Amino acid sequence: MSQLIPLFVIIPLVAAFLIPIIGKFLEGFQKVLTSVAFLSLSVLTVYFICAGTGEPLLYTVGGWEPVRGIPIAIYLVADGLSIFMLAITSVVGFLVSVYSISYLNRFTAQNNFFALLCLMMGGMNGVVLSGDLFNLFVFMEIAVIASYALVAFGIEKQELEASFKYQVLGGIASVLILFGVTMLYWKTKTLNIADAGNILRTSQDKSFVVFTQLFLITGFGLKAALIPFHAWLPDAHSSAPSPISAMLSGVLIKAIGIYAIIRLFFNMFTLSDEMAVTITALGAVSMVLGSFLAMYQWDIKRMLAFSSISQVGYIVTGIGMGMIILARNGDQRVAALAISGGLFHMINHAAFKGLLFLNAGAIEHETHTRNMKSLGGLSRSMPITASTSMGASLAISGVPPFNGFFSKLIIIIAAIQGKFYLLAALAVLISIVTLAYFMKFQKYTFFNRQGARDRKKIKEVPFAMCFSMIVLAVLCLGLSLLIFPGIREVVLDPAVRVIMNASEYAPSITGF
Amino acid sequence: MILYLLCFLLFLIGLYGVITRRNVIKIVIGLVFMEFSVFLLLVLVGYVEGGEAPILDETIVSGPFVDPLPQAMVLTAIVIGLASNAMLLAIAIRLYKKYGTFDIRKINELKG
Repeated sequence: MSQLIPLFVIIPLVAAFLIPIIGKFLEGFQKVLTSVAFLSLSVLTVYFICAGTGEPLLYTVGGWEPVRGIPIAIYLVADGLSIFMLAITSVVGFLVSVYSISYLNRFTAQNNFFALLCLMMGGMNGVVLSGDLFNLFVFMEIAVIASYALVAFGIEKQELEASFKYQVLGGIASVLILFGVTMLYWKTKTLNIADAGNILRTSQDKSFVVFTQLFLITGFGLKAALIPFHAWLPDAHSSAPSPISAMLSGVLIKAIGIYAIIRLFFNMFTLSDEMAVTITALGAVSMVLGSFLAMYQWDIKRMLAFSSISQVGYIVTGIGMGMIILARNGDQRVAALAISGGLFHMINHAAFKGLLFLNAGAIEHETHTRNMKSLGGLSRSMPITASTSMGASLAISGVPPFNGFFSKLIIIIAAIQGKFYLLAALAVLISIVTLAYFMKFQKYTFFNRQGARDRKKIKEVPFAMCFSMIVLAVLCLGLSLLIFPGIREVVLDPAVRVIMNASEYAPSITGF
Repeated sequence: MILYLLCFLLFLIGLYGVITRRNVIKIVIGLVFMEFSVFLLLVLVGYVEGGEAPILDETIVSGPFVDPLPQAMVLTAIVIGLASNAMLLAIAIRLYKKYGTFDIRKINELKG
């Protein structure tokens, strides 16, 4: 079974390699291959989830065995958290690739689009699976360079400007992360996350660790677009083609930002109170400011991008609260609740934010505008888009029985039980603000008849686009089932267990 | 020690360039400076005073060896840096074609 792990990286990379070569001669090859590749990744993930063994699965690249207990090979590690992230990336990736089949018809250079999409997927899967600091950096760069190109895919003024801004800030983030990796290698003389964790646990040099942690938080915070590092996100996510926005907002900032922070700060560094407070504070600030900035936007995709900042703030706040409680040796059950709330919100956010960006793409596809002021009355001409986006809006604002309600509820309950009353109050308040701006989106786009001129020409989008939107809307409802113990134990609990028993990660890989 | 300080100086020069310059190309050059200062640090980390090439041979058995891993890492990092710099410059050329200027103050379609 552990022999299957490299497939998660190999399949997208091979697809990315084949598409420009064969796609040149064979019409439609790129679309079919991408969808089939991502579907097979989804099937593999489901197999891994169902087979869930509890023990992390290891794959040593090249089969190099450890020498005197020191791991020298590149490790690919598939534990509960990695498989949970893989589930998000591959399912959203598959739906986005199906959606792109129709959406891309008005673009040229479709081969490049699908090749870059596969490359981005391979990079993200690599980040999630890598058990090695430097490979985490390399795979992260593969994913972000592909995303730089995809943001600029429209090659109009705005796209190019957004991509340039994204690249400058992303470049600085990469430099900071590489610097952090260098410092860690200097101190520990190893790149393996588990091995470095073992060495850092016994090291006495506190100031060095804090110094490195600050660089890594800044770097990965830039990638995850936490406020105050968010400046690139609204531009990049709103300028990219809509399926790519769904990938960036739904998956990329989680896989290379939040996942990396969780993995390094729980499983490698020993938990420290001040870092936990820093991370929670960043999350809380993002949660509050992101939603207030979203209120003032009239561009649909810009509003969704700011809302991504706010929702990522929820995730980071949930996980950060768990971190604080664990660092202070508080109640284990409350910490587990906070962390599971954060992870639950992560998978939910991938579903509803992906869906909302696909809706925005459908609206742009038919009306050629993203400005809410010039839209209106679309609920009659585009019933599927209207109903699915209504579902997603209710889910993101936390209305039962949609999934967003349950994850926010868990985070708020954990905040109250952990005595973070201010955070609990903020989470409730921001949920209401979120409802407000999504009501604005619904009203101006789908119901307001005043803006509706010559709306007769507008039809529902083609089948492939509808298919993805409907599946994601069903997921928005269906993911609330994760609240039930039987399903939660299979999907969510292995990931939570990896984070809760943070110090068991290193022994399970190096053997001591 | 002086070498590490020079590395840091190079990093600061790059950062200064990225923050203060108005020209797109100069911003890219600043970023390249920052990248290469970290690459230099990476090479320095593997350097051992008086070390030899880490090749096991009958003649060389003792002696301190330099650490070969940072050298492999820095090569990979340079290749990645090449890809991202090529991407940046390609975007810069496209920007020039669309806006007719390299001045970052005039490239401001997006607000926020």
